[in-house]
Amino acid sequence: MDTFRYLPGVATLVYDRDACVGCGACTRVCPHGVFVLDQGRAQLVDRDGCMECGACALNCPPQALAVSPGVGCAAYIINGWIKKAKRKGAG
Amino acid sequence: MLWHFVQDFIDTPAGPVPRVATVLDAHDRRGALRVRCGFNRSGYRVSPGLYAVGAAGTTSPVLVTANYKLSFDALRSELRGLDAWILVLDTRGINVWCAAGKKTFSTDEIVRRVQLTGLEQVVSHRELLVPQLGAVGVAAQEVKRGCGFAVIWAPIRASDVKSFLASGKKAAPAMRRVTFTLAERAALIPVEIVLFVKLALKTLLVLFLLSGLGAHIFSFTAAWQRGVQAAAAFAAGILAGAVATPLLLPWLPGPAFWLKGGLAGGLAGVFVAAGFWSRTAGLEPVALFLLTAATASFMAMNFTGATPYTSASGVEKEMRRAIPAQFAALGLAALCWVGANFFAR
Repeated sequence: MDTFRYLPGVATLVYDRDACVGCGACTRVCPHGVFVLDQGRAQLVDRDGCMECGACALNCPPQALAVSPGVGCAAYIINGWIKKAKRKGAG
Repeated sequence: MLWHFVQDFIDTPAGPVPRVATVLDAHDRRGALRVRCGFNRSGYRVSPGLYAVGAAGTTSPVLVTANYKLSFDALRSELRGLDAWILVLDTRGINVWCAAGKKTFSTDEIVRRVQLTGLEQVVSHRELLVPQLGAVGVAAQEVKRGCGFAVIWAPIRASDVKSFLASGKKAAPAMRRVTFTLAERAALIPVEIVLFVKLALKTLLVLFLLSGLGAHIFSFTAAWQRGVQAAAAFAAGILAGAVATPLLLPWLPGPAFWLKGGLAGGLAGVFVAAGFWSRTAGLEPVALFLLTAATASFMAMNFTGATPYTSASGVEKEMRRAIPAQFAALGLAALCWVGANFFAR
């Protein structure tokens, strides 16, 4: 996805290199090549490429990865706001 | 009634399993066209369960997919000449990636489906080839714990499955990266527009009503004559934001969708304002320009949901800027438009 870059500096991805066991699962599930395996550990090479899908965090056995997963969809986010406002109004 | 793609049944220790065709026919192509245009998308499903391809046997690979028929067709049509099993999960007719995001394509569903189909009696190995995008909802280590099958992450695109299998289940780096080609972007345009029809009709009604307001309180002649102009600006905005922006995505500057759409809409708005120049007066051309640009900006912002690379944090960030700007532009457009009919005539 080198032709398409989204807003930089916003991804909530957190990676604890010391906890990594080097299984390489993150390099296989990430659809944007955010990680590469280097000397037996995952290396975060493209943080701004992260779309916060959450696949890496879910598949990291030692839980060295965390991301607040979400859907990058404006309509979905607007619907979420409306629902929240309705709940507030009702309660 | 049997689906047309079921050729026959093969006997297994877990019961008969339907064998499916690997060539798509006119039925499949018509169905694909219909759902691509947004018609009954959520009803386009196949039954969850186990299917066979070719002379599937105890050592054949098991490929997991969603029960959206478009996903199922994409997979089976790439398996010609192979012997394989297809395990279809119940994702309520949603594709693999979106279903994984909603956790219907999930660890639990795989474990349940493996048990329901008696897969361990059908194959002698203990491997499931799960499309990589399913990892959003599937934890490989939990699947192993739950049903004894190891998850092998298969390539994103069904078209890569054959070479993945041929190379000993090794994926080339490109197979693991999503793409967003011109053809892929173009295929999304009809659905985006169809989903917008309801809101568009309501907006049109408002535009015609606003166009009739004026010094005479309400004029049907003005509502019609000026309403057509406003509707044209609105339509141009939709075209700029929901057709031109997706197609020109890599060439429109910046990463933010609302600005890409605003730019495309701004350009379209200049043409709309110029086109009606001789039939408008005062600030009316400004109103038409703003309406076109704001509509395009909104449509482009909504396209974020159809792309494979926008993050939720990024979309929220751009919406915090985009929505006030879009509202301001629309408000100003309404003021110019209605005001012109009060004072300029």
